[in-house]
Amino acid sequence: MPFTLNVNGKTTTVDVPGDMPLLWVLRDVMSLKGTKFGCGIGQCGACTVHVRGRAQRACQTPVSAAAGAAITTIEGLSPEGLHPVQQAWQELDVPQCGYCQAGQIMTAAALLQSTPKPSDAQITTAMTGNICRCGTYTRIRAAIHRAAEMGTSRSTSTAQGAGAE
Amino acid sequence: MTTNSLLSRRSFLQVSAAAGGGLLVALHLDPIEVLAQGPPGAPALAYVATAFVKIAQDGAVTITSKNPEIGQGIKNMLPMIIADELDVDWAGVKIEQADANQSLYGAQVAGGSTATPTNWDPMRQVGAAIRQMILAAAAQKWNVPAAELTTASGRVMHRASNRSGSYGEFAADAATMPVPTLSMVPLKDPKDYKIIGKPIRGIDTAAVTTGKPIFSIDFTVPGMLWAVYQKAPVYGAKVESANIDQVKAMPGVKHVLVSEGTTNLQGLMPGVAVVADSWYQANQARKALKITWSAHPTSSQSSEGFQAKADELGKGAYTTKLRTDGDVEKAFASSGVKLVEGAYMYPFISHTPLEPENCVAHWRNGKMELWAPSQTPAAGLAIVANTLQIPQSDITLHLMKVGGGFGRRLTNDFVIEAAYIAKQINVPVKLLWTREDDMGHDMYRPAGYHYLKGAVDSTGKLVAWKNHFVTFGAGNGYAAAANIAGIQFPALFVENFDFGDSKIPLGVPTGALRAPGSHAFSFVFQSFIDELAHAAGKDPVQFRLDLLANKVYPAPERGGDGFDAARMTAVVKLAAEKSGWGTRKLPAGTGMGIGFQYSHRGYFAEIAEVSVNSNKQIKVNKVWVAGDIGREIISPLHAENLVQGGVVEGISHMMQEISFKGGEAVQSNFHQVPLLRMAQSPPVIEVHWLKSNNAPTGLGEPSLPPILPAVANAIFAASGTRVRSLPLSKHGFRWA
Repeated sequence: MPFTLNVNGKTTTVDVPGDMPLLWVLRDVMSLKGTKFGCGIGQCGACTVHVRGRAQRACQTPVSAAAGAAITTIEGLSPEGLHPVQQAWQELDVPQCGYCQAGQIMTAAALLQSTPKPSDAQITTAMTGNICRCGTYTRIRAAIHRAAEMGTSRSTSTAQGAGAE
Repeated sequence: MTTNSLLSRRSFLQVSAAAGGGLLVALHLDPIEVLAQGPPGAPALAYVATAFVKIAQDGAVTITSKNPEIGQGIKNMLPMIIADELDVDWAGVKIEQADANQSLYGAQVAGGSTATPTNWDPMRQVGAAIRQMILAAAAQKWNVPAAELTTASGRVMHRASNRSGSYGEFAADAATMPVPTLSMVPLKDPKDYKIIGKPIRGIDTAAVTTGKPIFSIDFTVPGMLWAVYQKAPVYGAKVESANIDQVKAMPGVKHVLVSEGTTNLQGLMPGVAVVADSWYQANQARKALKITWSAHPTSSQSSEGFQAKADELGKGAYTTKLRTDGDVEKAFASSGVKLVEGAYMYPFISHTPLEPENCVAHWRNGKMELWAPSQTPAAGLAIVANTLQIPQSDITLHLMKVGGGFGRRLTNDFVIEAAYIAKQINVPVKLLWTREDDMGHDMYRPAGYHYLKGAVDSTGKLVAWKNHFVTFGAGNGYAAAANIAGIQFPALFVENFDFGDSKIPLGVPTGALRAPGSHAFSFVFQSFIDELAHAAGKDPVQFRLDLLANKVYPAPERGGDGFDAARMTAVVKLAAEKSGWGTRKLPAGTGMGIGFQYSHRGYFAEIAEVSVNSNKQIKVNKVWVAGDIGREIISPLHAENLVQGGVVEGISHMMQEISFKGGEAVQSNFHQVPLLRMAQSPPVIEVHWLKSNNAPTGLGEPSLPPILPAVANAIFAASGTRVRSLPLSKHGFRWA
């Protein structure tokens, strides 16, 4: 049956079964391959996307539950890779195999949205649903701190810019 | 833009023995070594220098990366070596992934930490040879002696006439120059390296962080169907009957195929393939499959049964001698010695690369085309050729970016499954496994059981070591990755030594998991050494240093492993120094432990600081790593990442188990196999390099093994509980 999805700011109608997980709609119907399949049971976090601004497991989200909501995938975070989390990930060269990293980045971006200056404990709590099989946790943690710095300096400069106008 | 490909030349250059094999002293050959170097006695695998570099007229440089990229960073590292000797700027280099073609590229293997030692010379020679051809072309064009020419940043300079030109200007002529003999090409002085040893970021990092479809799982071809392949939970059982017609009628389903399979547990096993318009539909239809599997002789296998059998065998004499020195029984009976006995075990565990196994196959006009995330593409070609009776020359295999290898994709079972399905249906098809397929049909790290006895004399010296190792196999043959060389430390360093094994028949597929063998027996041997140190009343670091200084027997001329005690001594001392071993005041419930391991030519000593609370919750507070992999850390940014990853993986192993019941794997997904997460990962993992004057060796594996005993020994120091078997959860431990 048809569902209208709002993905990365674009509206698309897909004709799929209502219980089909959003993960497979994104990957194989909409050809947005950045969201990854790791376990299919919400344990690994490789399929993390934002639904209504919150980090959510696309493999556990039936398409019917996502219809009408604003959905952001890794492709929509910043296609040019300019989001502070992406910038920090590149600067620290976080990935090894890279397969989990889209999910890690989406979880980290949601964390910084709600908690712009997270403590180590807050980072641990937010990120522990995402498995990195290669074990890049040291760099993930460092990159989130770095992204928080960049995000702060960016919003500060925006605020200053706004003031100057 | 025209590309003057240097690829047009096809002169085959044999790498000299000195470059190919001479580096690799005294290694016992494991199957991965054979893949990476060719079988003993066979001609060295050829490298065709011109196949690695393309230079366009505008000077744009493309370097071919020949090996599978599985997260080890080889797609950066091998081209970095070529680019440095070629003398071009890294920033402008484009990297292309090679297809499987060992007659052009030499061995194409991701395994055994073999890529660095086998390619360090040839890759430098390839870059230098191409540079020489460019110099020859420039010398001819400018009519000056080549010796007066210099290069930098992809340009040729002639100072005397104040001329310079981009490599692109000479590329077409260079392609017609004779290719120098690789072993004769002069190489850079290491002090002139501009790329090797520099912190260069991953070539795919930007694509990864923006979600580009670069992984094997993302690859599609037009008109492609999707497949799942259901195998028997008992390994090798055949399909007796199945509700084929019912499944065929389900939405989107195009084919339901019953495969007889083969008896090769690492190949095409019997099963049912469901092929549909989408993977979701194929997998939904698979859930409706009702298959009756034939009775199978291994359906009574269980982990409990293996343990009981091992305990029974462990009480008696071993059946296969691995090594003996002196007389252990006499040493055990001598007066004044302290005896320690311990039964150690480690369970089966699963590789669980995060990207599930997948492969695209297309059979048309008698030719097979494959897009495969394989660690051993040549073996992939061979198994498809042999199983489906297709000449290898009619098979093309494209190497895909792999979402984690860890040894799982050394076998090509998923490649032959995809190829088998494609050959039945004549349209391109993508096979994708679920996590349950992966965990239920791994090539598991084999369990092992060690019955140990040791003796220290009144001076605290280790004087006798006996180990009856119970493993899997039959007769003289071992299940894959279930053997241990008799030479393993502390062999040669203990006067009285007795090591042998007995085998239990096994019907479960096994295989190499990152740092195969050593990641398991390091836990056993380095923990037992700790027990002996405590019995001797000695500091565990000092006891190890004394042991390393006590080389009693020379290494055998054949079958030695090249172990150099001086290099290990140096990393043990460095780790101790960096961690403040013996000098730090630790709170109650906190302790430090050490382990070291010589693995895949690398020397690693690791120290863990661990806290254990009254609820048996374990927290690894900090880890110090000291490693010696030779004089160059070729790609230091990724090297540090790999070492930290090896530490995290080793700690993860300590809580993992795949158990068997009724011949089937019990665990099916991550809810039952707890991979280490950020909360349990040590917040700080310090990596310290000891750059010894030795040729560089590989780093995929050797950082992993010593962390297991380091943590186990720290648990003892913190809590007084000696862990002799894994997973830790068996003893009521859990991560804090």
